[in-house]
Amino acid sequence: MRGLSRSYLALVYLLLYVPIVVLVVFSFNDSRTGYNWGGLSLRWYESLFNNHAMMLAMWNSLWLALTAATVSTLIGALTALALHRYRFRGKKVLKGMLFVVMMSPEIVLAISLLGLFLLLGLQLGYVSLLLAHVTFCLPFVVITVMARLAGFDERLPEAARDLGASDFTMTRTVLIPVIMPALMAGWLLGFTLSMDDVVVSTFVSGPSYEILPLRIYSMVRVGLKPEVNALGTLLLVFSLVMLMLSQWILSRSKQ
Amino acid sequence: MMLSIKQQPFRAAVLVLVWGWLLFLVLAPNMLVVGASVMTRDPSIFISLPLNLDAYRQLFNPLYLEVFLHSLYMAATTTLVCLLIGYPFAWALSRVEKRRQILLIFLLIVPFWTNSLVRTYALKLILATNGLLNSALMSLGVIEEPVQLLYTEGAVIVGLVYLLLPFMILPLYSVFEDLRQDVLLASHDLGAGRFATFKNVIVPLTLPGVLAGVMLVLLPAMGLFFVPDILGGSRNLLVGNVIKNQFLDARNWPFGAAASIVLTLTMALLMFAHRLSKRRLGEEGT
Repeated sequence: MRGLSRSYLALVYLLLYVPIVVLVVFSFNDSRTGYNWGGLSLRWYESLFNNHAMMLAMWNSLWLALTAATVSTLIGALTALALHRYRFRGKKVLKGMLFVVMMSPEIVLAISLLGLFLLLGLQLGYVSLLLAHVTFCLPFVVITVMARLAGFDERLPEAARDLGASDFTMTRTVLIPVIMPALMAGWLLGFTLSMDDVVVSTFVSGPSYEILPLRIYSMVRVGLKPEVNALGTLLLVFSLVMLMLSQWILSRSKQ
Repeated sequence: MMLSIKQQPFRAAVLVLVWGWLLFLVLAPNMLVVGASVMTRDPSIFISLPLNLDAYRQLFNPLYLEVFLHSLYMAATTTLVCLLIGYPFAWALSRVEKRRQILLIFLLIVPFWTNSLVRTYALKLILATNGLLNSALMSLGVIEEPVQLLYTEGAVIVGLVYLLLPFMILPLYSVFEDLRQDVLLASHDLGAGRFATFKNVIVPLTLPGVLAGVMLVLLPAMGLFFVPDILGGSRNLLVGNVIKNQFLDARNWPFGAAASIVLTLTMALLMFAHRLSKRRLGEEGT
């Protein structure tokens, strides 16, 4: 029974990882056709770095992810603090709305935002992408920070106040250090979600600001592009680093 | 917590910011979609008066109805396959030693952090006519000629399962984690066999996890339009493809909006079922 369940787990992991391994291996493939093995080579990495449109899209994506993660972390942290500390009217509605944003299919969010931006006459580009990305990252930051605050000893801020700290001092010296790991984890998650998004970006981006997922999308719709293997491998390494960083921050803070 | 007057401006500013963002970028756009769905298509400004239900009627046009049903079928199959793979997987995972579990969970969320487009593309490498799977099967002598795997319904379902499986496993894992061994022992002591324990104890206790997983898989499985674009060809479309075409290519906003409202209503229904199952457990559990 035990051996059976072990082998089952192993099998599913194998299936999950085969495509990723294939992608990485093929990124070093010298063959032009993309299907057969033609020896080791870095040619696709070279051609990737010489592809100006791709490089520009990469920088655009990185900048978008950086700013979207930062803005959503700021707003998300304030939201989580407000939900945790304040009593106000419509608190349940606010929580419900965040939950709905998290659960609703991306495409529903995408068309609703496209409608809004066109109605307002906002040029589709960096600003529309930023507003959209912050919106879908926000609930993830809020739940990350809320989870951290839920395990927080309420006596600490009271003690700080009893010792004469002002509210500002208390927030700066007690609350912010406590939620710091959650802020970093939330930021990393937001960054990754933004780098990965295809569905929402397809709707709210314009020709003035091309981002990486859309560039990849237009490349892989027809045929195989070995450059994408190289790019995919780089993105994989990048997200692995981000994920390990985030796990490390969260686990270190628990000790 | 006590509130001093001094922190009131801060509180007000935070609440205005949060509410403002959500009202402006979530509520208002969604109202707009509802509005658009009952208006008339207009080639120049997208939508115009008069109000009517034509868009909803168009959903029942046999041509679109067929696409919707096919999409629903593919999404339902995806969800079922995820559940069949994920349920025993989550169960087995919850019984591994704690130290190992952390690593295994980590391995499960790595794909979630990896670009989904790139992973879909990786599947194409494997499923293509002269791709790896066909070559492997041919060299093993299972098949003589390459089989058409790409651009089929099966390819779309494989792609969707591959992208969405972790979303089924994680909520299931969390309910199996909460499933206490003494409950199972009690059931055994009361004379229940393995099957009776599974049916009367394990299934009801893990139902909220099942419904959460279904919700997290079924809805994206109808919306992830890039999966059929890359793996499915033109005949295996999702509701997401229809919505995208209607908004970006055909410029028929009322119809696209109506289709997206159908998706939202499906979501609401699933959320309701999820709440209901949790509430029932809450009442019976204590």
